[in-house]
Amino acid sequence: MKTKTNENDPQIAQDVSTLQTVGNVFSDNAKMSMRNVNVFYDDKQAIHDVSLDIGKNEVVAMIGPSGCGKSTFLRCMNRMNDTIDSCRIEGDFRLEKDDIYHPKQDVVALRARVGIVFQKPNPFPKSIYDNVAYGPKVHGLASSKTDLDEIVEVSLRKAGLWAEVKDRLTAPGTGLSGGQQQRLCIARTIAVGPEVILMDEPCSALDPIATAKIEELMAELSQNFTIAIVTHSMQQAARVSQRTAYFHMGKLIEVNDTKRVFTNPEHELTEAYITGRFG
Amino acid sequence: MDKKYLERHISNSFDTEIKTIISQILEMGNIVEQQIQDSVTAIVSTNKALAEKVIEVENDVDMREVRLDEICTEVLACRQPAAFDLRMILSATRIIRDLEHIGDEAQKVAKMALRLKKKGAAPGGYNEIEHMGALVQGMLHSALHAFTQLDVTQALAVAKSDKKVDREFKSAMRTIVTHMIDDPKSIKRAMNILSALRSLERMGNHNRNIAEHIIYLVKGLDVRHSSIKEMESKLGN
Repeated sequence: MKTKTNENDPQIAQDVSTLQTVGNVFSDNAKMSMRNVNVFYDDKQAIHDVSLDIGKNEVVAMIGPSGCGKSTFLRCMNRMNDTIDSCRIEGDFRLEKDDIYHPKQDVVALRARVGIVFQKPNPFPKSIYDNVAYGPKVHGLASSKTDLDEIVEVSLRKAGLWAEVKDRLTAPGTGLSGGQQQRLCIARTIAVGPEVILMDEPCSALDPIATAKIEELMAELSQNFTIAIVTHSMQQAARVSQRTAYFHMGKLIEVNDTKRVFTNPEHELTEAYITGRFG
Repeated sequence: MDKKYLERHISNSFDTEIKTIISQILEMGNIVEQQIQDSVTAIVSTNKALAEKVIEVENDVDMREVRLDEICTEVLACRQPAAFDLRMILSATRIIRDLEHIGDEAQKVAKMALRLKKKGAAPGGYNEIEHMGALVQGMLHSALHAFTQLDVTQALAVAKSDKKVDREFKSAMRTIVTHMIDDPKSIKRAMNILSALRSLERMGNHNRNIAEHIIYLVKGLDVRHSSIKEMESKLGN
């Protein structure tokens, strides 16, 4: 059987470090602004001079082939890469006016403002109630048990899980289905009142029904939160986001309205990727 | 846009599906082009057999439309195409619809040929039919070529040609009306010629539609309902 390789593909062979991002990286109402970001793992550069705004209450999808730097970039947005010794980050990251890499920035407080949901649901080995109540307790957001109960209920309602778990709040969170666990993790993130929610392939371990529920949830959450999502599903990016950012070999190639990216992308590399002309 | 781009999917079977759609559109287009020529010849030379052939071929054109629609639906469902591929499938479904409509119009011309064969020749308008027929057939030929070559310049030229067809139609109408005034007894037969001319004019419109679909396919620009000047402006000409 004939197989195709990318080795001689002129689009792949070109040096991406010289490419300029096309489209519009800016937002009139930016919640987060990243400028001239470079990220290195030891000597290897994973992100090349990326600038991007995430608008308030906007859903921005980041897409691109494996290893393109999209998850690295997302994780820089709430300093998840701080724990990786070999990782060095350059550039300016602002949450509104706050420099999130300022030496005096409290990282725990930052992560309460910029929450993250991971690929694999990771509930604590605690009850459903305690999973959601943990963050508000740590951050001192509830002054009484009644307050805490309300936070738990509101968070579970916003995560679209309340109706399914309200009668078994003391049951272990790990006993829920995969889709329910992921919504529990979203409820846990919401409970501390974040301004931005980062999602790193939140549906890749879920079936289509659970995925549809999370996507529906994202549309509702975007009324109150700003969302940046990394996804390998281009259809998901097309469905949930207002703007799409295409990364390629550590470079931000294109940022445009999602409708434009999926019907008539501006850059040939974006076109080649979303039409499956290289992997 | 390089036409070799069509064949660069990682999935060979996706390439094959796109190539199948293109080649079947061309086959359908060639049949419809022949229908135009045959219907015009049938009416001009009162050729009953040729007129019947045009009417018979119309079933084949209809079936091809249905089959191509099925293939496009399957590609949409299974491949969930984006960008150029999405525009290709959307354009394909629109192009085959216009081709089918052109076939319908050719069939109407053939039916007029049969009526005139039965009722006797009309007082005039045959030259105009022949002339408009050649124009419309040439437009379709160029449109199909523009489609295979992804050639926007040629597509724009096809769209421009529709104006010429419209002018020819208006001029022919005046001629036919003059004949009707001169010889009121020939009005029924002259009406058949007018109907045939109207069909040819509509074929010109469908050719223009096809040209617009090709521009959308290649450039991603929706130029429907635009004047030629607006089209040129959108294309940066």
